[in-house]
Amino acid sequence: MRIALRELRRRPGRFTVAAVILTLIAILVMFLGGLLDGLTGSSTGALRAQKGELIVFSSTSRDSIVRSRIEPSTARQVEGVEGVKRAGGLGSVQLGARLSDSGPRDLFPVVLFGYEIPPSDIGPPPPAGKVIADESLEADGVGVGSTLLIGPARSRVEVIGFATDSRYAGQGTLWGSLDTWRTVLAKNQPGARVGPDVVQALIVQTIGPVGGVATRIDRATGEVTSSLTIDQAIDALPGVSQQQAVFNQIIGITVLVAILVVALFFALITVERTPLYGVLKALGASSSSLFAGVLVQAFVVTLVACIIGGLAAFLLAALIPPGSIPFVASLGRVLGSAAFLLLAAFIGCAFSFRRVLKVDPATAIGGGQ
Amino acid sequence: MENGGENVNALDEQRPGVEAEALADVPALTLEEVRKTYRVGDSEVVALDRADLTLGRDEIIALVGPSGSGKTTLCSIAGGILSPTSGRVVVSGKDISDYSPRQLTDFRRESVGFVFQTVNLIPFLTARENLLVVDEIGRRDRKRAAARADQLLDELGLSDRASNLPSELSGGQKQRVAIGRALMNEPALVMFDEPTSALDTKLGEQTVGLIRDEMKSRGTAAIIVTHDDRITRYADRTVRITDGRLDS
Repeated sequence: MRIALRELRRRPGRFTVAAVILTLIAILVMFLGGLLDGLTGSSTGALRAQKGELIVFSSTSRDSIVRSRIEPSTARQVEGVEGVKRAGGLGSVQLGARLSDSGPRDLFPVVLFGYEIPPSDIGPPPPAGKVIADESLEADGVGVGSTLLIGPARSRVEVIGFATDSRYAGQGTLWGSLDTWRTVLAKNQPGARVGPDVVQALIVQTIGPVGGVATRIDRATGEVTSSLTIDQAIDALPGVSQQQAVFNQIIGITVLVAILVVALFFALITVERTPLYGVLKALGASSSSLFAGVLVQAFVVTLVACIIGGLAAFLLAALIPPGSIPFVASLGRVLGSAAFLLLAAFIGCAFSFRRVLKVDPATAIGGGQ
Repeated sequence: MENGGENVNALDEQRPGVEAEALADVPALTLEEVRKTYRVGDSEVVALDRADLTLGRDEIIALVGPSGSGKTTLCSIAGGILSPTSGRVVVSGKDISDYSPRQLTDFRRESVGFVFQTVNLIPFLTARENLLVVDEIGRRDRKRAAARADQLLDELGLSDRASNLPSELSGGQKQRVAIGRALMNEPALVMFDEPTSALDTKLGEQTVGLIRDEMKSRGTAAIIVTHDDRITRYADRTVRITDGRLDS
């Protein structure tokens, strides 16, 4: 193995082609992963931010917050279920918004949420007409103290602070009280207006096993509700799981390409090294120790590629302005991608094992019939 | 034949002091009725035919014969690179005739040395590291190996070239590094495969003289495979081989 490491150190040029290709692959895998995380994050932030274990929709809503309506009587039934610590209403409306001092065409999409239980990084519900904005809206010129005109009715809300990672359906969010939400909804979507104390969903904080509580809630309401864990609700969001499947397939194919690159490169290098391996075997080196050297070289080359790829991902994340490309570089994603690529390198190397095994030490001494 | 093998192998079981004393009388190499054949298509090619050879503990023989006569095959069998089709091969008391490939790998690492025709130093390792390779592929004793490598380089006149890569060494220096590598594991037997083929006459004679001096000073046996009759005078004995048959 020390021989293999010395070769890497003293003949880096031999590994440049493989290292460059693997680096490009590592950058691609980490970029795709970051993009997937960014897209998923921008679609699901509002749900992930909820400080509750369950989200309760009306059973006719097909688990969509837009279609869901929870009557006050249902909410009271939920609050009375064993294992429910607290239940808070949640409502949402998707509208166009603009800054009060900008032109009527400078619209940007927002989702206004009304809430009772404060989500992560967002305090208690602000007073009527005040909202907390997702930080991605800063890219649209929104700042603390900005007044936004929302929807065709130009409902005025004032931004009093910012929250992180709370986007929903790829749009920036505004977080206000349920009263603010009901007012804006009634003015801008009269057909969708809701009665007093009606909400779209309930965020439920539980005591004890979550699964049992969900079943009890739906039973207690006579099956007029559909209770999901937050993760289930995220999976039920339109397009999220399909988006993840597509990206994961692309990442999988890219990892397959990495396996092919490593396999081809080290197969070639093994063929080239046949005389050297013949000599080492004649001197008493075992096939397994020679193959271990190949593995070490593949590991180091791939590790270098992953380090460069990881740094490139973090650099890219730092350079991309908030609210533009939904790209997130996380240590978990970078380490996960590196682990996959290292595994791919080992699998790729496995194709060279038979060649190493077949090298005849007799070739070193001119025999080998 | 098997009984004889057991008797010789029985030496391995004895206590070290007794073993060393007993080994003093054991030949470095004994070939008995060794035969090696290869199948080429439907026919059988005989590379070595009933070879009998005994090599004393510090004896140097020149193995001379034309191309394809079986010199390399004999060396490969004696060095544990090939197994004989039939017959018995005993190296320094060890009957290796029926060794498995794994046992032969261990045997080569621990008991024999090779100097190859094309020298075959590892190009990205320095002269000193080329010697230490023998330790790195085997059981590790870095301190002892480093001391032995330095001692060998000194004795071979290469102390000032220890940090040079093979590409920075002359042909003769490379050959001396290869000799040092072959001696790293303190072998009982060293095989030299055409050690002068890449050298001019003067350097070739110097190299063979050096081989003789190094082998004799260590009491190590050697087989020098050569086409060149002029270097046979450096050997204790010349063994000729023709069409796989030995004639002393």
